[in-house]
Amino acid sequence: METAYTREGYGQEIVELGKEDPDIVVLEADISSSTKTCYFAEAFPERFFNVGVSEQNEAMVAAGLASTGLIPFLSTYSVFASMRACEQVRTFICYTNLDVKIAVSHGGLTPCTDGVTHQATEDLGIMRTLPNMTIIAPTDYHMSRAAVRAAAYTKGPVYLRFTRDKLPVIYDAGMDFKVGRSIRLKEGGDAAIISIGDMTHIALEAVELLKKEGIEVRLIDMPTLKPIDAAAIIEAAADTGAIVTAEDHQIHNGLGSAVAEVLGENIPTPMARIALPDTFARSGEYLALLDMYGMGPSHIADAVKKTIDRKARA
Amino acid sequence: MRPDSDTIKRLKKIANELRIDVVDMIYAAQSGHPGGSLSAADIITVLYFHFMKIDPSNPLWPDRDRFIMSKGHACPIWYAALARHGFFDRAELTKLRKIDGILQGHPDMNKTPGIDMTTGSLGNGLGAGVGMALSARYLKKDYHTYVMIGCSEHNEGVLWEAALSASKFRLDNITVIVDYNKLQLDGYNEEVLPIEPIIDKWVSFGFYAQRIDGHDMEALIDAIQNSLSKKSMPSVIIADTIKGKGISYMEDVCSWHGKAPDKDQYDKAMAELKGKKS
Repeated sequence: METAYTREGYGQEIVELGKEDPDIVVLEADISSSTKTCYFAEAFPERFFNVGVSEQNEAMVAAGLASTGLIPFLSTYSVFASMRACEQVRTFICYTNLDVKIAVSHGGLTPCTDGVTHQATEDLGIMRTLPNMTIIAPTDYHMSRAAVRAAAYTKGPVYLRFTRDKLPVIYDAGMDFKVGRSIRLKEGGDAAIISIGDMTHIALEAVELLKKEGIEVRLIDMPTLKPIDAAAIIEAAADTGAIVTAEDHQIHNGLGSAVAEVLGENIPTPMARIALPDTFARSGEYLALLDMYGMGPSHIADAVKKTIDRKARA
Repeated sequence: MRPDSDTIKRLKKIANELRIDVVDMIYAAQSGHPGGSLSAADIITVLYFHFMKIDPSNPLWPDRDRFIMSKGHACPIWYAALARHGFFDRAELTKLRKIDGILQGHPDMNKTPGIDMTTGSLGNGLGAGVGMALSARYLKKDYHTYVMIGCSEHNEGVLWEAALSASKFRLDNITVIVDYNKLQLDGYNEEVLPIEPIIDKWVSFGFYAQRIDGHDMEALIDAIQNSLSKKSMPSVIIADTIKGKGISYMEDVCSWHGKAPDKDQYDKAMAELKGKKS
């Protein structure tokens, strides 16, 4: 299967946006060759601002730029934007509701071998708590390009989470991305898996495993964590009666929590959550880490079967 | 151009009237920060009634000079200046910190006309100012960005990150003014976290630094004028001030950082301020 970097999609698309719109500016915190803002730096040096390894100031400078009507994209790693600069993001970007796009790489466990300091496994929950914030974790390269474009013209702050490693290419070039809309990748009536970001390609493998056992599963790719596509969740619960979520994030406050909130308030349904089980991970290869922490395809498949059993007993 | 004596007299009169507004507002609210508002009064007056290009009928005028009060808790003095310019109805001043007013406990750019940046969390204003100044350069606009910071903000790491970046980008369209009243909530800077030699720190961070008496209108005007004509580097003005300036029992008294006067204290403050000829 073809693979590509989601952060590469960001780096390329932001240059295209820059050509079309002089209001697009980019801030970087010394890792442009990694976040891929290096392409923008080369194309538009007069509106590329590298503030060095100072993420709090980076968020503040972005707020200042946005207050004058520009559309700044702020890049660093997810772990630093969401935690080192958390208060600046909360008070000066979300409270002010400024047009700052936090476009960050190395989401979840994807900076795997770098270890826990660089793994962003709390960012989605933190960002989801902030009023005015839109959160998108693109599934593949082509969705990344489309999501960058959509984020630029979504009013207010947006958190865009890319990954370190290459991901399988699932969508076509020019795919139709809409903020807040999920995409059905597989059809099936026994259960539904709802996944986000780099866990969608893992969930696709789980669907194939289940198919071999005669279990037909709907797979919903949910790249926008906030605002979440509640209608698709409710519909999946009504149609299948068993929901499993999959995310590269701590088990608390991310996609699983968001889906549970929608289910609990609308259509209580047996569910299970696949995520990092309230622990810090460690250095290791990406797929091996997912397996070690119960987040691999077989774990998702097992969770689906157990949830179907609960449905049957209910 | 040196200011004439009429200009100085006019500014002193305005500063005194803004101080009266501050005491009125905080007394009405029975909450707020008088000490740092009063120390900043002369600086605010010189900026808002001598230097800044603003249009109260068009608060979002893209070419306006920007002002960021990084020490957001001193906003009563800023609100008083904005009200005097007509950015909003003076009646709002009596609703400071009230649930039906537009004047938040700390400045909110979306609720109050004339506020260029939300502030209140210390240390952050200069970074936002750097963003505004970079935008002016990129968009080829000639507005100037002023950032007022308090002495305790020198405790915050992000302030120094911002100072490094202002210097890196050679932002000669930004002026930092330090309202250096030497007191923070728990005591004198030198007791809580020493920040001297303050001017050496700013110079070493690449700033054109001046140190003046922050209650001397002529010195303030000269220093700001100097900063406007300095090329290729950002400017800082260390303005030595007195916390609570203008009200005898508040001057240099730490406990007046964040509390409201009672009736007797209010009457005494008003008598002192209104007894001043200019």
